Amino acid sequence: MTAATLTPPRQGAAAGRDGFMHLLHAEWTKFRTVRGWVVAIAVAGLVTLLLGVYTGARSQEGCPGGPCHFTIPTGPGGEAVTDTYYFVHRPLAADGSITVRVTSLTEVMDTAMTPQGTAQTQPALVPWSKAGLIISAGAAQGSSYAAVVVTGSHGSRMQWNYTGDSPGLAGGASATSPRWLRLTRSGDVITGYDSADGTTWSMIDTVTLPGLPLTVQAGLFATSPGYTQQTSQQITGGSSGGAPTDATATFDRVNLEGGWPGNSWTGTPVNGGRSSISYPAAVAGGYHQAGGTFTVTGSGDIAPGVNGASSIDQTLAGMFIGLIAVIVVGALFITAEYRRGLIRVTLAASPRPGRVLAAKAIVLGAVTFAAGLIGAGGAILIGTPLLRANGSPIYPMTTLTEVRVIAGTAALVAVFAVFALGVGTILRRGAGTVAAVLTAVILPYLLTAAFPVLPTAAANWLLRVAPAAGFAIKQVIPQYPQVDGGYAPFQGYFPLAPWAGFAVTCGYAALALTLAAVLLRRRDA
Amino acid sequence: MSNTTIEVAGLRKRFGQTVALDGMTFTVNPGKVTAFVGPNGAGKSTTMRVILGLDAAEAGHALIGGRPYRSLRHPLTRVGALLDAGALQPSRTARNHLLWLAHSHGLGAGRVDEVIAEVGLAKASRRKAGGYSLGMRQRLGIAAALLGDPPVLMLDEPFNGMDPEGIVWMRGFLRALAAQGRAVLVSSHLMSELQESAGHLVVVGRGKVIADTSVADLIASASGDRVTVRTSARWDAMTTLTNAGATASATGDDTVTVSGLPAERIVAVLGQGNVPFSEVSAHQATLEEAYMNLTRDAVEYRAEPATEIVR
Repeated sequence: MTAATLTPPRQGAAAGRDGFMHLLHAEWTKFRTVRGWVVAIAVAGLVTLLLGVYTGARSQEGCPGGPCHFTIPTGPGGEAVTDTYYFVHRPLAADGSITVRVTSLTEVMDTAMTPQGTAQTQPALVPWSKAGLIISAGAAQGSSYAAVVVTGSHGSRMQWNYTGDSPGLAGGASATSPRWLRLTRSGDVITGYDSADGTTWSMIDTVTLPGLPLTVQAGLFATSPGYTQQTSQQITGGSSGGAPTDATATFDRVNLEGGWPGNSWTGTPVNGGRSSISYPAAVAGGYHQAGGTFTVTGSGDIAPGVNGASSIDQTLAGMFIGLIAVIVVGALFITAEYRRGLIRVTLAASPRPGRVLAAKAIVLGAVTFAAGLIGAGGAILIGTPLLRANGSPIYPMTTLTEVRVIAGTAALVAVFAVFALGVGTILRRGAGTVAAVLTAVILPYLLTAAFPVLPTAAANWLLRVAPAAGFAIKQVIPQYPQVDGGYAPFQGYFPLAPWAGFAVTCGYAALALTLAAVLLRRRDA
Repeated sequence: MSNTTIEVAGLRKRFGQTVALDGMTFTVNPGKVTAFVGPNGAGKSTTMRVILGLDAAEAGHALIGGRPYRSLRHPLTRVGALLDAGALQPSRTARNHLLWLAHSHGLGAGRVDEVIAEVGLAKASRRKAGGYSLGMRQRLGIAAALLGDPPVLMLDEPFNGMDPEGIVWMRGFLRALAAQGRAVLVSSHLMSELQESAGHLVVVGRGKVIADTSVADLIASASGDRVTVRTSARWDAMTTLTNAGATASATGDDTVTVSGLPAERIVAVLGQGNVPFSEVSAHQATLEEAYMNLTRDAVEYRAEPATEIVR
């Protein structure tokens, strides 16, 4: 009873993978044949790119008489650093050691000017003020170093090359309870010790400083970071302010062993040539030697740099406009089918709903990733040099970080689109889906980062649990426990690490897609 | 079992309190057009959605050539379906609508242009489908159903919105498809649309099959043993025939419909009684009439009194 004119059945020839490739092809054809969707995604990419370029082209740094053109010092690893302190030093031309007793560490901070204009200071507690011994490749900012220090309230520690940090004894230094510190050098290996009494010593850590020259500068130092660093000097947002502080430390019982060729100490403010940087108005850095007792006053920090520079992510502001278009298209890619009953045609042609959804997700993800790559890549690669040319200090970073920000942002855009696809499949209504996804994605970011109305604790909580957590992917400046940076989202700091935040967003997308697939299979179409 | 059948057995489904399918059972065979008729709400569209695996039935099964639709590897090459002519993205052109469907089965643009030509949309195929009239959308839907050159076709209300010319074309097209050996299931709530093209009838009401019969048999049964007598002496004829044991009623100025006596006996009786008559013929019911008799009890939404339905 079969018809002579019918073509023979095409069974068996095409395997499952072949079928899925056909499905991908079909969904791609679906996407590209709706001009509105193609235009919206192209515009999303272009807006991101052009706003990034505009941000770079329009920026002018506010130094009197033109752009500032100051550069951020970088450490041995290429990372941005803060390297400002008062250094009392002499050369060490061979192996050797230096031992000292710290009998006090106190800090003062700037207070408001009086009406007469007289600068005043008041005592302050600065948790990460530091004073102690340092062996450094030189007095230039960003030099390789190792130090043992007494801190304001983090005990004694050994720190090296800006990011290295190991704790020693707890407690600070005072006349009644002094702290003994020792650094020994053997080639490029430096070992730090501390002691409560000068007889019982404990090793804190031993580190290798690659490329350390034969003759190094070694001696005493003091420094103290600004008092309220929650208010950052970052250009991207937040209020600038906070008071400069300085730390004054008293040292005695200085004991040198090994190859110390000179016979006198030199005092050098390490500050990159900028005068009186961040000192309270009433004081300046310096040192005073009376017999065997040294008093050293310094301000600044020797630490990884987290403030004072723009990060490249400020060129990505246009992404949020583009993201709205991407989310709308992501939702419509499925809800338009529900609206017209087209979903039945789709499922009749491909009766396996999970595969249909997978094909849609892949097509949508690939298209939006491409748009994100063009948008974020263009914004950063064109916008950042323009920012630099206009004198904005740009936080230095590795190529790998730059690739992560660009590719990660593009991937994030794609994941948000797929999230919208999943939610759209669940809700089956375009308007409701767009509202829900924008609420989950854009709103938390607006409340925490763009217009920071939420307190930092609430903002950090929200950016851990909301789908918006993925915006962490564009964070450039890392957080360090040894720097009080405030680290609020509006300053560009996210509570989760870049890939962890991205994983949270991916989790939401996966959850939405899984639920969508289950519903698509169970529900009558 | 042939590849070219639809087998529906014992389908049951409810939407909330409403029983949509109540043991729907029938088979569609190749080589003819099977009309799937019944009033609105009788379960025709639901049955088709269940056949296509889009809706799940609570009981029973629907098989295409012995297999559930969802297990088919390349379903468009087995069953072509038109469920809803409006199921398209308005901003996509008709040709692109067919193109993505074709791509889902590894078919190319060549096949798309073939089916476009077959349904007579060649000139309009690059226009946005949103601008199509309902009749053109029906043609586009037929083209989509034909893409995979399937041995089974299933069309839900394809005559809706078609102009008279389109209806004539569609009837011929359906007959031609069946003549190629395909099984063609066409639903309608208007019997008249299918009168000339359907060879088989599945009449449904309230979710189940009321009649599953050939068109000829249905008309015969609806006609019963009634005989139409054309006469100028209506009252004489009725009196004479009633006396002879028949039931007679006036159905027109000069016609009397008689039951209870065969036509030969009526001629004899009238001759004996000298009643003049110009014609005695076996009553021929229309398909519409037969269908109305069958579905009278199954009409879901009826105006009171029952005067409507025929358009």
